Amino acid sequence: MLNVKINNQKYSVSEGMTVLDVCKRENIYIPTLCHHPDLETKGICRVCVVEVKNSKTLQAACSTPVYDGMEIFTGTEKVRRVRKTIIELLLANHYTDCTVCAKNLNCELQDLANQYSLTGLRWKERRERTLPLDDSSPVFVRDNNKCVLCKRCVRACDEIQGVYAIANLNKGDSTIVGSEFNKPVSEVVCINCGQCITHCPTGALYEKSFIDDVWKAIDDPEKVVVVQTAPAIRAALGEEFDYPPGTRVTGKMVTALKMIGFDYVFDTQFSADLTIMEEGTELLARLKKAIVDKEDVALPMTTSCSPGWIKFQEHFFPELIPNISTCKSPQQMMGAVLKTYWAEKTGIDPEKIVSVSIMPCTAKKFEAMRPEMADSGYQDVDYVLTTRELARMIKQDAIHLKSLSNSDFDDPLGRSTGAATIFGATGGVMEAAIRTAYETVTGREVPFDSLNVTPVRGLEGIREANIKIEGTKDEWNFLEGVTLNVAVAHGTANAKKIMTRVASGEMNYHFIEIMTCPGGCLAGGGQPIPVTEEIRELRAKAVYEEDMDMKLRKSHENPAVTEIYKDYLGEPNSHKAHELLHTHYTRRGRY
Amino acid sequence: MAKKIDVVFSDFTPGSALKKIYDMSPKEVIDLVTQSRLRGRGGAGFPTGLKWQLAAETGIRPKYFVCNADEGEPGTFKDKMILEKQAAKVIEGMLIGAYAIDASRGFIYLRGEYKYLLSSLLAKINELRRQNLLGDDICQRKGFCFDLEVRLGAGAYVCGEESALLSSLEGRRGEARNKPPYPAEKGYMGYPTVVNNVETLSFVPHIILNGPRWFHNYGTEKSAGSKLFSVSGDCKKPGIYEFEFGIKIKDLLKEVEAGEDTKAVQIGGASGFCASKDDFNENICFEGIPTGGSIIIFNESRDMFHVLKNFVEFFQQESCGQCTPCREGCSRMLEGLLKFESGKGSSKTIDDLLDLSETMSLASKCGFGQSVPNSFRTIVSKFKDEIIAR
Repeated sequence: MLNVKINNQKYSVSEGMTVLDVCKRENIYIPTLCHHPDLETKGICRVCVVEVKNSKTLQAACSTPVYDGMEIFTGTEKVRRVRKTIIELLLANHYTDCTVCAKNLNCELQDLANQYSLTGLRWKERRERTLPLDDSSPVFVRDNNKCVLCKRCVRACDEIQGVYAIANLNKGDSTIVGSEFNKPVSEVVCINCGQCITHCPTGALYEKSFIDDVWKAIDDPEKVVVVQTAPAIRAALGEEFDYPPGTRVTGKMVTALKMIGFDYVFDTQFSADLTIMEEGTELLARLKKAIVDKEDVALPMTTSCSPGWIKFQEHFFPELIPNISTCKSPQQMMGAVLKTYWAEKTGIDPEKIVSVSIMPCTAKKFEAMRPEMADSGYQDVDYVLTTRELARMIKQDAIHLKSLSNSDFDDPLGRSTGAATIFGATGGVMEAAIRTAYETVTGREVPFDSLNVTPVRGLEGIREANIKIEGTKDEWNFLEGVTLNVAVAHGTANAKKIMTRVASGEMNYHFIEIMTCPGGCLAGGGQPIPVTEEIRELRAKAVYEEDMDMKLRKSHENPAVTEIYKDYLGEPNSHKAHELLHTHYTRRGRY
Repeated sequence: MAKKIDVVFSDFTPGSALKKIYDMSPKEVIDLVTQSRLRGRGGAGFPTGLKWQLAAETGIRPKYFVCNADEGEPGTFKDKMILEKQAAKVIEGMLIGAYAIDASRGFIYLRGEYKYLLSSLLAKINELRRQNLLGDDICQRKGFCFDLEVRLGAGAYVCGEESALLSSLEGRRGEARNKPPYPAEKGYMGYPTVVNNVETLSFVPHIILNGPRWFHNYGTEKSAGSKLFSVSGDCKKPGIYEFEFGIKIKDLLKEVEAGEDTKAVQIGGASGFCASKDDFNENICFEGIPTGGSIIIFNESRDMFHVLKNFVEFFQQESCGQCTPCREGCSRMLEGLLKFESGKGSSKTIDDLLDLSETMSLASKCGFGQSVPNSFRTIVSKFKDEIIAR
């Protein structure tokens, strides 16, 4: 233990802590900007400077380790003056249009300006919009005029995702964030995950919005506007309305969607259950081919729900594309089913259906635009909105979420099980698949307390589990005694690690779940900002609680799923199911 | 009177200092260098012996020894001359350091603009390899292995800062890192690394050969030895000079035959200090006016506003761009100066810019940003009228 003094108070601290760590622990406020708990420390914005006795210069609290006998002062006149000047410098070079900015009232720079009560800028009146927007991405816009060069987006892209799509370019006053050789971001390996957006402290990065298109559709009496909401929305939407992180607002969200004017409110969890039927069947079929027919079949099979991960695989491991499940994601399964099965069932002309989805994800916007996502004969999903965009729509309609009562999703595509709810968390798809596959093969429930497959839960970057299959039904006896090796990874930097092991043949898994974003969809690029590990945990807790509260907790028990197979699809992986619910991928390579 | 000294460019037999250290333990070598009170000649003046000691003490392997030949300070040109004339001496300095800290691999980080030196340097390295003064079991000393490669910079001024240099050496963007950890703990690729300037290394073999006391024949208590100066500007004899540390500005001016009309001397380049006539009695040394060796002389015909603007323009372009005070500060400082050009500047502008200077010195991430305001502050304080009169 080391002893330090902060503002003349003694504290006992451990070696390796930074000044900021200690101050956070002791509730001593230090402003920060480039610091983010998810990311490695850079110490470049210098907003967190403090005075250290016997040090000629001020020290950045985030990057300065403590030492024994250190004396720190966090609020001297000098510290305040210098911090204020730094914030002034940042603002002087920041295109300030706060009232019409995507991040208005949720901007760390705005907060700092407020705290330090800046009344004017001494060296520059105001920055003009001198740099062009990069709106080449299908899902987001980069406005370098608002960038404060904190590199949080760069670090998120490098460290969390392992994608390296963006970096600092140029030097001196020409420094900007961009992509290699100053290419537009659409021409590099961006996977559209949006982690850059959720880590950006200002309005320099924001999603491309379809709010106006959706309003237009709602206002059109000819259109039947149908909305689906992903499992992760209900666990995070509340944060946009001052609920503490981890508050479930499922029923209020449905009420709000109905008030906004959506004609039908369905649940992506229905198609998540459908995904489990298709994907589970596909996995068992692959295993049978490998074990019984001795065919050369691509194993391990990896999940396909997360479109950032799909594009990642297409860029970085194109040779492993056959390993990805051919199942569409739940969003796209719902899209395909809506304009076929549901349209037929209700007699609504699919031409008139506008299919909207609310997703915790920016990559979903891209996924919906993929040319192969039109198996219904129409674009399966017309508009994808993020959780943040939904919150804006609710606010635009002056709906006070907190005061709403609960409503239920519409039948039949609003029915779901607890297995689908946990899709939002890393490990959730794996758990849902295990619950169904194990029971399919053995006729018994998974041997875990309350169906909770705890080995695949948690926030560790890569998790592995082994499940021994015993007491199989006759038709599955080729799996008798087989130990199923599964793995879960989240954050594509972790996916990269695991796929490298797969590519080299080092690891023999049967099934791998990969979620693009750390924590899974709960902390996707379309979710409320900020996101930290603590917030991820709280959101995950919410979905696991929701799962426990549901009567049905296994996908194959969803009556709406049983019905669609009986009335329309036949059986999982049937010809019809393949036509509508499965897809193919594109080899992209890295350059 | 100033004494002209000839150490750096004096004759040297490669291997001669090396043979001497073979009777010494690494610790004895470090102690000797420490006793000599040799300080880094790049400008910051960190004690060389201490730097080596910190790297020697860590148990982590491998270790690296790097020669900083990214001579980029405006007005300095001595290191390229050393590498042209005395490369073997510099490399022997590296070998001695490598022996002291137990490094077996090293780099010369050569300024991109000095590319023309590359072929002669590589030829010299090959020659030393043939003479068994580089490579394995150097000078038949079993187990002492050291080899080096030359890496070219790409033109960034900030890469002269040792941690930015290491980032560049690793193939990353040349940006200063947080310190601690210092390079001696975590340097090239995260391993203990010593980075020494070309000139610093060129003194090392002489200190080994002549002993630490010999080094005290020159210089002052806190700034032992002699120092190379790159002299340019308004004088009759510009060029490279070796004087002892502590030389008075006026004596230096006399040696280089600067005229009576000398009004200012910029000591230490763009990041250094401006001396006016009142300061010419000052000593150039770490405890006086410190310098990496750049001396630029201005006579009455020169416009100090123009000089200052030129420096600030340089910084605005050469800031690596990562930390706010340096990146934004340089731009705002230049804008402030331009106000004077358009007749909009006032003493309030100067005060605001001095306040900005303070933030840059106190809060920038590396020595670059911290030293940008040196020239601004000194030129403004000494030639305020000339600036305001614009």
